[in-house]
Amino acid sequence: MSELVVQARGLTKSYGPLVAVDHVDLEVHPGEVFGMLGPNGAGKSTTMRMIYRVSALTSGSLRVFGLEAGRDDRAIKSQLGVVPQMDNLDEELSVLDNLLVYARFYGLDRALARKRALELLEFLELSARSKDRIRELSGGMKRRLTLARGLMNEPRLLILDEPTTGLDPQVRILLWDKLAELRGRGVTLLLSTHCMDEAERLCDRLMILDHGHVIAQGPPRELIANQVTPQVIEARLEGELEPLEKACADLGVELLPAVNRVSLFVQDGRQMLEELERRGLFLNGAYIRPGNLEDLFLKLTGRSLRQ
Amino acid sequence: MKRLSLRGATRVWERNLWVYSKRWVYNILPNFFEPVFYLLGMGVGLGAYVAAGGQFEGGYTAFVAPGLVAASAMNGGIFETTYNVFVKLHFSKIYDAMVATPLSFEDVAAGEILWAVTRATLYGTAFLAITLFFGVPLTPRLLLALAALPLIGFCFAAIGTAFTSLIDSIDLYTYFWTLFVTPSFVFSGIFFPIEERFPPALITVAELTPLYNAVHMMRGIVRGEWEGVGLNALYLAAVGLALSFFAVRRLGRRFLA
Ligand SMILES: Nc1ncnc2c1ncn2[C@@H]1O[C@H](COP(=O)(O)OP(=O)(O)OP(=O)(O)O)[C@@H](O)[C@H]1O
Ligand SMILES: [Mg+2]
Repeated sequence: MSELVVQARGLTKSYGPLVAVDHVDLEVHPGEVFGMLGPNGAGKSTTMRMIYRVSALTSGSLRVFGLEAGRDDRAIKSQLGVVPQMDNLDEELSVLDNLLVYARFYGLDRALARKRALELLEFLELSARSKDRIRELSGGMKRRLTLARGLMNEPRLLILDEPTTGLDPQVRILLWDKLAELRGRGVTLLLSTHCMDEAERLCDRLMILDHGHVIAQGPPRELIANQVTPQVIEARLEGELEPLEKACADLGVELLPAVNRVSLFVQDGRQMLEELERRGLFLNGAYIRPGNLEDLFLKLTGRSLRQ
Repeated sequence: MKRLSLRGATRVWERNLWVYSKRWVYNILPNFFEPVFYLLGMGVGLGAYVAAGGQFEGGYTAFVAPGLVAASAMNGGIFETTYNVFVKLHFSKIYDAMVATPLSFEDVAAGEILWAVTRATLYGTAFLAITLFFGVPLTPRLLLALAALPLIGFCFAAIGTAFTSLIDSIDLYTYFWTLFVTPSFVFSGIFFPIEERFPPALITVAELTPLYNAVHMMRGIVRGEWEGVGLNALYLAAVGLALSFFAVRRLGRRFLA
C-alpha cells in the first residue's frame, strides 16, 4: 500500500467565531480522483487552501505526500498544481509568459520551461493564443490557461477548485477529457464542483461538506445506492397534491413536491405507476430515471438557500 | 524570517523585471520627469533670482540637484510599494498565485521590496547623470552617491510597504501623499537649508524625517561634506529594516488567513 497523498485529521479553520472547516477527516489515495461537494460556503475552498498551503490550520493535523504541513510547505508546494476558484493569471504578461514566469517560481530552467509551456498550450488547445494578453481571453480560455499553469511543474497532485464553473458544455467536456487523461498518467486529482453530473462522472470517491462538516464520504455509486432509491419518478403536478400524498404515505414512498412538479423515490418506477393508476391517480408527463447524486445531495443538505 | 529564501525573492524580482523590460518606456517617464521639472523650474528658473543673493556656493541649481536625486530615489521606492503593491495584493491577486508555488509570502514581499530598490536605483542613477549638466561636478565621490541610492530606495520601499500593510482602501494613499510625501519633499532641505529658516523645534522634526536624512546624505556625498553622512545612512538602514519587518509580518498575517 503506497502512502496517502493527503491525510487530514480533525482539520479545522476558524475565522473569528465562524468555524469554516470543522474537524474534517480526509484521505486521498494515490492516483484517484477525489471530489468535494457542498453548498456555497460549506468550506470546500477553505479546506483546499489549507491543503495547498496558503492558509494556516487553526487546529488538526495535515500531511501531504507524507510531509508535514507547516513544516515542509516548500517541499509540498513544489509537487502540487493548483487551479483556484478565481483565476489569478498575471494580467501584465502574455499567455505564454504567464507559463514561463510561473515555471521560474518552481525553479525550472528556461529551456525546459519553454518546452513544457508549448506542450501544455498544445494540450489545452491554446497554441494559437500564446501571444495574447490575458484580458483578450474568454473565461473558458482563462480557465484552461490556469490549468496549464497548474501543470507546469508536472505535479503529483492537482487541486482544482470548481474547474468547470461558468464554462460552456464544449469546454467542460474538453476539460473532463483532459482530467481523465491526467488521471491516466497517474496524477492524483482533488476537485470541488457544484455539478453533480461532473462529480458522478469523474470522481472515484467524494465527500459532501455542509457547514464545515463532512456529512457523507465514499464512492458516488455506493453513496447513491445506500441513500437514494434506485429509481425516481418525475412528473408534472396538475391536480390536487393531497390524494397523491396519501397514496405515497400508504405505500411507504417518499414524495418530494415542488412548484407544479413532484418527485417520487421508488424501488421500481413502472410498478409504482401501475399501482397509482389502479388507485385512479394518473401522473402527467411522468418519466422514470435512476436515483442520482443530486438526489443524495439535496436529501443531505436540504433545499434551502445558504446565506 | 526563517521562511525567507533569497532565491525565492530573486524569482519574484525577475517577474517584475520581465514585465518592466517590456514597457519601461512608459513606466519610467512620469517618475523620472517630475524631479527633472523641479530641477528646471526651481534650479534654473528660480535659481537665477536666488543666486543674486550669492548664498549658494556653486550656484543654486547645484545646491538643489543632489536633493532631487534623493527625491527621485524616494519616488521610485514609494510608488512601487504603494499603488503597485496594493493593486497586486487586492485586485490582480497575483500574490495568491505566487504563494501557491514553492515561494513563501516572505519571499514575495522581499522580492517586491528588492524590486522597488531596483527601480529607485534606476531613477536615481538616470537623474544623477542629468545633474551633471546642471553644475554637479563629476568626481569619484559620485560612485558613493550611486551606492547610496539603493539605501534610500530601501528605506522608502519599507515605508511604502508599511503604509500599504495598514490600509484596505486605495483611496487612503491620498493621505499618505498629502501628509507625508509632499511635506517631506518641500521641507526636507532640498530647496533651502532648513537650519537657516526653521525654528529649532521644527528643525528637530525635519531632521527626523527619512527624506531629510536622504537629502543630507546625498548632498554631503556629492559635495564632499562628510559630517553626519554616516549617521544619515545608519538612520535610513534602521528605518528600512524596522519597517520591513513590521510590514511583512503584518501583511503575512492578513494575507495567509
Ligand atoms: N478569509 C476569510 N475570512 C473570513 N471568512 C471567510 C474567509 N474565507 C472564507 N470564509 C468563510 O468561510 C466559509 C467557507 O467558505 P469557503 O469559501 O470555503 O466555501 P466554499 O465551500 O468554497 O463555497 P463556494 O461553493 O461558494 O465556493 C464561508 O462562510 C466564508 O464566508
Ligand atoms: Mg469555494
